[in-house]
Amino acid sequence: MTILPAILLQAIPQTEDYIRILPELVLAIFGIAIMLLDPLVDEEKSQKALGLVAFVGTIVALLSTWFMAQSPGMAFSNTIRIDSFSVFFNFLVIAIAAVVILSSFEYMAVQKIRAGEYYALILFGVVGMSLMSSAIELVLIFIGLEISSISTYILAGFRRNEASSSESSLKYFLLGSFATAFFLYGVALMFGATGSTNIDIISQKIPTSSSQVLVLTALALMFVGLGFKVAAAPFHIWTPDVYEGAPAPVVGFMSTAPKAAAFAVLMRVVFAINAPGRFWFLWVAAALSMTLGNIGALVQSNVKRLLAYSSIAHAGYLLVAFAMTTPENSLTGISAAMFYTAAYAAMNVGAFAVVSHFANADEKYVTLEDYEGLGRSSPLLAAALTFFLLSLIGIPITGGFFAKFYVFSAALRANLIWLTLIGVVNSAIGAYYYLRIIVAMYMRESRKEVPVTPISFGLGLALSLSLIATLYLGILPNRVLQIAQHSAQDLIPQPSAANPSATQVPASPVVAQQ
Amino acid sequence: MNDEFGPYIVSLVTFVPLAGAILLTILPRRDRDIRVVAFLCSLITFGLSLHLPVRFHRGLQGFQFEIDKAWISSPNIHYHMGIDGISMWLVVLTTFLTPLCVLISWKSVHDRVKEFFILLLVLETALIGVFTSLDLFLFYFFWEATLIPMALLIGVFGHERKVYAAVKFFMYTMIASVFMLAAILWLYAQTGSFDFVVIRDQIAKGAVPNFPAAAQWLFLGFFLAFAVKVPLFPFHTWLPDAHVEAPTAGSVLLAGVLLKMGTYGMLRFNLGLFPDQSRHNAPWIVTLALIGIIYGALVAMVQPNMKKLIAYSSVSHLGFVVLGIFSFTQSGLNGAMFVMLAHGISTGGLFMLAGILHDRRHTYEIAEFGGLASPMPVYAVSYLFIVLASVGLPLLNGFVGEFLVLNGAFQAKPIYGILGATGVIWSACYLLWMFQRVFYGKVTNPVNNGMADMRGFEKAAVWPCAVAALVMGVAPILWLAAIDPAVHDALAPLAQTMSKVVMQ
Repeated sequence: MTILPAILLQAIPQTEDYIRILPELVLAIFGIAIMLLDPLVDEEKSQKALGLVAFVGTIVALLSTWFMAQSPGMAFSNTIRIDSFSVFFNFLVIAIAAVVILSSFEYMAVQKIRAGEYYALILFGVVGMSLMSSAIELVLIFIGLEISSISTYILAGFRRNEASSSESSLKYFLLGSFATAFFLYGVALMFGATGSTNIDIISQKIPTSSSQVLVLTALALMFVGLGFKVAAAPFHIWTPDVYEGAPAPVVGFMSTAPKAAAFAVLMRVVFAINAPGRFWFLWVAAALSMTLGNIGALVQSNVKRLLAYSSIAHAGYLLVAFAMTTPENSLTGISAAMFYTAAYAAMNVGAFAVVSHFANADEKYVTLEDYEGLGRSSPLLAAALTFFLLSLIGIPITGGFFAKFYVFSAALRANLIWLTLIGVVNSAIGAYYYLRIIVAMYMRESRKEVPVTPISFGLGLALSLSLIATLYLGILPNRVLQIAQHSAQDLIPQPSAANPSATQVPASPVVAQQ
Repeated sequence: MNDEFGPYIVSLVTFVPLAGAILLTILPRRDRDIRVVAFLCSLITFGLSLHLPVRFHRGLQGFQFEIDKAWISSPNIHYHMGIDGISMWLVVLTTFLTPLCVLISWKSVHDRVKEFFILLLVLETALIGVFTSLDLFLFYFFWEATLIPMALLIGVFGHERKVYAAVKFFMYTMIASVFMLAAILWLYAQTGSFDFVVIRDQIAKGAVPNFPAAAQWLFLGFFLAFAVKVPLFPFHTWLPDAHVEAPTAGSVLLAGVLLKMGTYGMLRFNLGLFPDQSRHNAPWIVTLALIGIIYGALVAMVQPNMKKLIAYSSVSHLGFVVLGIFSFTQSGLNGAMFVMLAHGISTGGLFMLAGILHDRRHTYEIAEFGGLASPMPVYAVSYLFIVLASVGLPLLNGFVGEFLVLNGAFQAKPIYGILGATGVIWSACYLLWMFQRVFYGKVTNPVNNGMADMRGFEKAAVWPCAVAALVMGVAPILWLAAIDPAVHDALAPLAQTMSKVVMQ
């Protein structure tokens, strides 16, 4: 009579619990509101109005992220943890969504796509990604992964009249479900090995687990699932086809936000669990992704495909930061990887915003040949794209430079000399194909008529936001890096502070004796 | 340290061109205004940079006009700038050549004028930054930053095969410099600092863990990046392409300053950070330099294209610089520095003169010309003057540097000096032969009869080079007074080596 209500009381969510998922709630409410509003406004007007609602939704969600950051802690029976790590990724994915929504206004109008579902799906997708970044319970992570994946599967097929878009959506869906199944199987095996699906508990149980083979298999399967989501080799085959067919703003979205969330999960799986036997796994995946991505991109003539291969390569650079084993190296690795996701998001969203503008109706103009002479016909956009491409190459004063810089210096500190050499040589090779776009825009004269449309306000705002973010990360990376370093400490289980109930009790007598 | 401007003057010199470039972006597209603003801006930079040699304390050791502010706390990156006698003159060379580049492009660039001058000024900032940074990170930052404007200058404003040349230039330098980045990152990982002075002292004290095992690789990482830039044989193949396709101003800065980034890097970083490895590797480096001197000269001799000829002559002259640096003698290093400056002036002048011909005839083929001395007498005299400076006629600037380098090379090993000295003879052969084919005799091609002589702004661009060549030749002490102590500093870690070599 007295015990039962206590347990029940614990299970009933408190106000703090809701505050700790406030961004998700806000986004879901706005998404639902858009779905409800969609039939009420007529199609002409709905484009702008619903887009604006979605944008406001992301802004409110950003504010609520700030609000949520004021009350860190556990929520919903230890399934969610709000610390600076989860706040960082929440903020990142919502900000990406905000910029993508801005850059979609024009695209929606030009392509004549009914906008309600589109914006709602983006918001729902972000709900899933936010959950992935704050959950520490593998089952909840899986649910977040599914929410985000299903939204992106549909978004990939949004150019309904295009066969390639449907192909893209179907391919993504079939392969993606396969990959999530791998992840789920990994979670199940992990439960079998440790008796828990909570990351904190798993990390304590793994060293003493009797079946190390099971643990390794579980981790490998989870890595397959996440490797697919971040487009790391050898699970990258889907990327070029899917990116080619999907609408350009959606590619900008799905090459950054779900990837950032998946990398957040990967960081939890690799570092918070402190996965055993991961080193060569990640080493090989990193080296393969960098090399295959860059070599694949060399021969592309479609800009979207080219950027797809480039995103594989960038996943590889990011994975370099994961190949750390000791705790101090892991700290620098995590902060480097977090910085990289932010910088990559800023520059890639920007690049795709320009690509989707140039693509025009029905995405007719996406080959390198179409880009010829753009430096003359639309100098501002060409300059913006050049800046993003230079950042993707990793030229100083851009965020991309510091991102690579941090990753490689973390790798060298961990004495990964060969991996660093593979990385730097790859980034030099990579310069070539980004340069091809710049060459086409500035050094060749246009051979065919490519219509140039004026820049709309939404696109202009989206571009300036990504430009400012890329430049900010390139000139004053200090603050973001400090946040990342702070978050890295939250992520790694500290022997004294990770689990107060389990470790502090035996620790305190030692302190007393001293 | 030097006066009330003290620490800020170097930053001012570095970033005034960038400010000018930003100003140009917001100016309306009136070509004349843009040219005037670009010229004034580069002239102001030159004026400011003259502050450095005037207030420079000769005979003091270490860096002057230093500024050292924390920029990024982790990694530990400082905004650390400063100059010594070596870098000061390279800064002044850059600021001297840029206004001349603006002048020589006054009429020859008429498409996308705004972009051209923006790129030129951004390039100037990056070049000055390379010479003034004392933080390895900052150095790499500027080093890479030179790449984009230069590649765009070649690729957008160049001639027929511009895209090929621009991409080749970019990829060669990019691939080579990532190895330097890896080496810099390794040093940071071990020392926790990017500061050149800090790292140098730590290495000298032997306080860097794992250093002996890695030193050779680090040396090579830096050396490769610099060798491609110089360019040292056999990494020179990008240079003729880049030069032939580049617009005149691009060629001037490429030959005049960009190549010196490589030799400056060797002098500052290879010698400064890795004295032992420099000593060990000197034999093969000197061999490559000697091959470069002779091979560059021989290839230059058979070039039918005037710009290619000058480009290969650069390979030959820069071989002297590398020879001087790796002779590890006071005289050799002084000479190397002096050749860098002299080559910047005289080759810059030669490229401007070649550009003047190209503006009139749209070709660089030597066979197209002949007997130009009669329709263009002023041009012919100016050309002869610069050619003689480049050949190394006593009383002009080329002579002093080459003499000092050969003197140093003899001290190191007589055979170096003997082989190097043949280069002086070769350079007289190919340059004077070219001069003879272009200017003497009868006018072979009737089109050339109608060619106009030098115009006012062309004279204004070329003659300062001629004056500088003469002053440097007559009074080299003005330059060497600052160079000598700095070189002495640079040689200090190698002092032991030097005495050994001299005793032999």
